[in-house]
Amino acid sequence: MATDTSAPPTRRTADDDLAAGLDALETPIAAPRSSVWRAAWRAVWPVLAALGALLVVWQVAYLLELKPPYALPSPADTWHTLLGTIQDGSAWRAVTLSVQRAAVGFSMSVVVGVAIGVALAASPLLRRAFGPIITGLQSLPSVAWVPAAIIWFQLTDATMYAVILLGAVPSIVNGLLAGTDQVPPLYLRVGRVLGATGWTRIRFVLLPAALPGFLGGLKQGWAFAWRSLMAAELIVQTGLGTGLGQILDLGRVTSDMSLVIASIGLIFLVGIVIELVVFAPLERHVLHSRGLTGQASAR
Amino acid sequence: MTTTVTAVDGQGSTAPAAVAARLTGVTHHFGEASRPPVLDRIDLTVAPGEFVCLLGASGCGKSTLLSLVAGLDQPVSGTVEVPGGRPALMFQEPALYPWLTAAGNVELALRLRGVARAERREEAQRLLTLVRLEGSGPKRVHELSGGMRQRVALARALAQEGDLLLMDEPFAALDAITRDVLHEELTRIWTETGRAVIFVTHNVREAVRLGQRVVLLSSRPGRVAREWSVDIPQPRRIDDPDVSRLSAEITEDLRQEIARHGH
Repeated sequence: MATDTSAPPTRRTADDDLAAGLDALETPIAAPRSSVWRAAWRAVWPVLAALGALLVVWQVAYLLELKPPYALPSPADTWHTLLGTIQDGSAWRAVTLSVQRAAVGFSMSVVVGVAIGVALAASPLLRRAFGPIITGLQSLPSVAWVPAAIIWFQLTDATMYAVILLGAVPSIVNGLLAGTDQVPPLYLRVGRVLGATGWTRIRFVLLPAALPGFLGGLKQGWAFAWRSLMAAELIVQTGLGTGLGQILDLGRVTSDMSLVIASIGLIFLVGIVIELVVFAPLERHVLHSRGLTGQASAR
Repeated sequence: MTTTVTAVDGQGSTAPAAVAARLTGVTHHFGEASRPPVLDRIDLTVAPGEFVCLLGASGCGKSTLLSLVAGLDQPVSGTVEVPGGRPALMFQEPALYPWLTAAGNVELALRLRGVARAERREEAQRLLTLVRLEGSGPKRVHELSGGMRQRVALARALAQEGDLLLMDEPFAALDAITRDVLHEELTRIWTETGRAVIFVTHNVREAVRLGQRVVLLSSRPGRVAREWSVDIPQPRRIDDPDVSRLSAEITEDLRQEIARHGH
């Protein structure tokens, strides 16, 4: 049993100072962050330069008439078509409809994918059984599901969502499994010591620990959701509202190449904007809060 | 798994509060039983509030022994009784969860033990104050120094309800002065909380500095080789002459124990 009283108070204060000094010296000093604008500019200018070079190549190809003008319009013509769709509101309506569909479909995919991923992470037998199938599904182009989805759900929104789910869920499941595989075993041991079992273990230890690795899977899942939706919209023309894929196909039907290029540009742009506005900040937040930003931390 | 790590029959629980931990004939193997045992018929009793240091060279099964007491593994034979609830276990690494703040790590331990939300915050603050980190609750793990992280880990361990604290070389990765400060802290906290401690180390001076009893384990297989009770009054300093004298004696035994494996 504890025998002695605590140390004499005089030595206590000296030790307090010592402890405080150690903590102060060893605590990481936050590196001075360079200006946000400068960092942004450093990232952006090479991209702008590359886009500019592509435009120059396009313009030269147009001037050389490598293809007749109806098949290869000039950048300026395409820009006018794009401006036209923006001014009459059709671009905005198509973008919002498509993004809304993709967002709903992606959200459903996250719910389903996390549920399946947790089940496979928790049960080695389930994982051995279904893991290879899910990995195989990941390499199956989701367009392949469109005919089946049309037969099951006819021309309804359910068709879109089915194709998105089939495209995105495998990536999300595999992303979650990759994330859980990377969890340091010590975290799991600590969880057991603290008494986390069953669902509490998953909820408080496994899922938060797997999050950094899982983010990659989420990003890939979004990319697959967006691609799947575009494939579905291209094929399913009637009965549903006009999304970006439908506008793209309208360009094909009317042999309006500038509309085709403008739609491709919009599809591309939406992908980049979602990445920049949703996933990049999310990733930065998660990594930064865990001290994983790559900036030198002490030790 | 709420009161004892290994179920024991009625005769083992005649005086439930009389021990913090009791190991009876504990033998453990890795893999099949044909392989030589890691731990061989270990008998060890830790009284409530007692501070026991387990000392041994590499391969003596010190960490395995702690895992058995913590209930992370089951012994091949023998019984492990821990009547006072799930013991807390600290590792050489602080192993704090980086997605939580310092206070959040402590609160998680409270939450998993079933403490109501309203009390968790206050209790976590009390424990952080106990380890002298009252101002560091909102900090993220990566913003803390190595010594501070290990103190948060201690606060998290104290947040568990068990009255036995298992420590697996918790200060081995720290520099000498930080370790010195933490020895002081641990002695103070042990005195204040009255928990029993099993402290595993390969550092003889550390064992003598901290423990009321030092148990030397032999290696391959791990057996209890010898025991010393340390009658030097606390607070001790690691450079006290009495600590040095006993350390020299124990070190001699440890050397002989290691030399046995050289031929």
